[in-house]
Amino acid sequence: MKSLEELKAIREKTLAGIQLRKEDGADNVRVVVGMATCGIAAGARPVLGAFVDEIGKRGLSHVSVTQTGCIGVCRLEPVVEVYVPGEEKVTYVKMTPEMVQRIVAEHLVNQQIVSEYTIGAAE
Amino acid sequence: MEIVRSHILVCAGTGCHASNSDEIVEALQKHIETEKMDKEVRVIKTGCFGLCALGPVVVVYPEGAFYSRVTPEDAGEIVREHIVKGRIVTRLLYQETVQEEGVSSLSETPFYKKQFRVALRNCGVIDPENIDEYIAFDGYSALGRALTEQTPQEIIDIISKSGLRGRGGAGFPTGRKWQFAAAAQGDVKYVVCNADEGDPGAFMDRSVLEGDPHSVVEAMTIAGYAIGAHEGYLYVRAEYPIAVKRLEIAIRQAREYGFLGKGIFGTGFDFDLIIRLGAGAFVCGEETALLASIEGRRGEPRPRPPFPAVKGLFAKPTLLNNVETYANIPWILQNGWEEFTKIGTEKSKGTKVFALGGKIHNTGLVEVPMGTTLREVVEEIGGGCPGGKAFKAAQTGGPSGGCIPAEHLDIPIEYETLMSIGSMMGSGGLIVMDEDNCMVDIARYFLDFTVDESCGKCAPCRIGTRRLYQLLEKITGGGGTPEDLDTLEVLCKHISENSLCGLGQTAPNPVLSTLRYFRDEYEAHVRDKKCPARVCKDLLQYKITDACIGCTACARVCPTDAITGKVKELHVIDQAKCIKCGACEEKCKFKAIIKE
Repeated sequence: MKSLEELKAIREKTLAGIQLRKEDGADNVRVVVGMATCGIAAGARPVLGAFVDEIGKRGLSHVSVTQTGCIGVCRLEPVVEVYVPGEEKVTYVKMTPEMVQRIVAEHLVNQQIVSEYTIGAAE
Repeated sequence: MEIVRSHILVCAGTGCHASNSDEIVEALQKHIETEKMDKEVRVIKTGCFGLCALGPVVVVYPEGAFYSRVTPEDAGEIVREHIVKGRIVTRLLYQETVQEEGVSSLSETPFYKKQFRVALRNCGVIDPENIDEYIAFDGYSALGRALTEQTPQEIIDIISKSGLRGRGGAGFPTGRKWQFAAAAQGDVKYVVCNADEGDPGAFMDRSVLEGDPHSVVEAMTIAGYAIGAHEGYLYVRAEYPIAVKRLEIAIRQAREYGFLGKGIFGTGFDFDLIIRLGAGAFVCGEETALLASIEGRRGEPRPRPPFPAVKGLFAKPTLLNNVETYANIPWILQNGWEEFTKIGTEKSKGTKVFALGGKIHNTGLVEVPMGTTLREVVEEIGGGCPGGKAFKAAQTGGPSGGCIPAEHLDIPIEYETLMSIGSMMGSGGLIVMDEDNCMVDIARYFLDFTVDESCGKCAPCRIGTRRLYQLLEKITGGGGTPEDLDTLEVLCKHISENSLCGLGQTAPNPVLSTLRYFRDEYEAHVRDKKCPARVCKDLLQYKITDACIGCTACARVCPTDAITGKVKELHVIDQAKCIKCGACEEKCKFKAIIKE
């Protein structure tokens, strides 16, 4: 160890990986993937994997990915909900891994909802 | 580190380790692989969460779901339900976190709400065997700043201003100790860590070493810089194999990263650490005996002065602090002494870790701000005595401390207040006793321990504690006289005034404090030959009441055939044959056998 900068580099590299253990995540964005039987059957697992990958690549340490049970609209699975603190939740439906990249880039990074993927557009 | 979506933290402290947490880790990993999720979920072994009574503990993030009493068989359910489907396994949740509208945060539960974690800040949060995680939670930044931006005197001033006092028990101001060691003349100096936690029932230091070993490594290196030492010794008892192993790993990693060794942080400062294992003698927690033991000599104390700061290890100036004291240092340097002085009371700053044990619901490890009342610790955090029994006393300070009765439960926990009521802070063991504990028997128990652990160097301790023990045995055996109580007091005074070291000086405390607060129990033993708590066997008799229906169960279980009686007739116990083992009382379904 030669300098404080070196220490800081290790710190930041590791912190991204363990951010989700910090309890004070009030300003954290949550991406919730429906992972009941219906969701899994419709292909929610690769979607979830794609979110984890994409968020990791961009180092978005303030975003956590979790899963939930059946939301009730099984015909629209895989369903993904994005919770940004202080805003209404956004529900994306009929998700595929290819769609994930755009949601991360536009919604999570640039705060622009991808309207065409939302439940409003599908109905 | 790879980004994953979920972390499963499994407690690998000694308590949970003993109840198979290793197997849980294996089972979790196996199930995660079966579900092909090993790329997105990590299983991490951490240090103690504190709630040892409910171990083994498993916490799943990001939800923060706190599972208690998990078995290896539960691993499959946690993975399939929680990890795959996102359905929290309510059945296994710590019940205090389960609420009508869902799951509450762990920090909102009665056990954690009043706690404030400084020394234990990383325990149960990071993987103690991974230096990167310690660094991620600001580890080694205090060392880096100290070496590159601060002078040794500036560091000592910060510690002095923080008001930190020794957490080993006596409460000596840490800053002043560092100042003495820094001022001492000598080209070679040493930094030593006392991790010889000897109080029965205390495990604070063990938990820090197991859960956050790097905090001690970092603090000792800072101490070395502050006083001008280049070598440090960690004196750990050999009964702490997990703590020793994690310390070894931590020291190795710190060397690899260059936090130990030559030219740390590109400065000219060299420092390294050596672990010494203690064989578990209580007296080796006393500083001069500990230093003798490190040197390879018999662990016996010597008179002070000279104090270790002047003439310590290998006759060189030595700084000796306890594990918990060191664990506070990086926090103080990171957050500033001003922040530290905001916690606690006027004379006792910061927090104190306690190991809760005995007749208490939440056996475990807690850290509270100084000034928290004993009642809050025992009743709110600890959950009170199990089985609805009445609280009788709390014992702090182990064999050197005293018993605090219910009437003093509202005193704030501080060095001075505890001293004023005849106990002491001690290293942090807190043993709770309920109505079923006989206070004379408790005093006898602690003296039994001291007699065993007295090193024998000075007569007041060697002979005095044995005589004290014999007197207590006489009283609990029914042979005591009222005069014996006076003799006890005289003897106690003599031992504490004339013993060489802290062990002897404080050994009478359990007797003195119980005599002070529970004299009626002593008197019942010597005058009425009764043990009010029905513990002392020689002072009680088992009797069969009219509730007996003559089922003969007791007669069959009695090992000495002391119970006679025909079927469907009242049985009787032959007191001459009865050995008071209590087997009949346990066996009787009709509560017909009583002790009195």
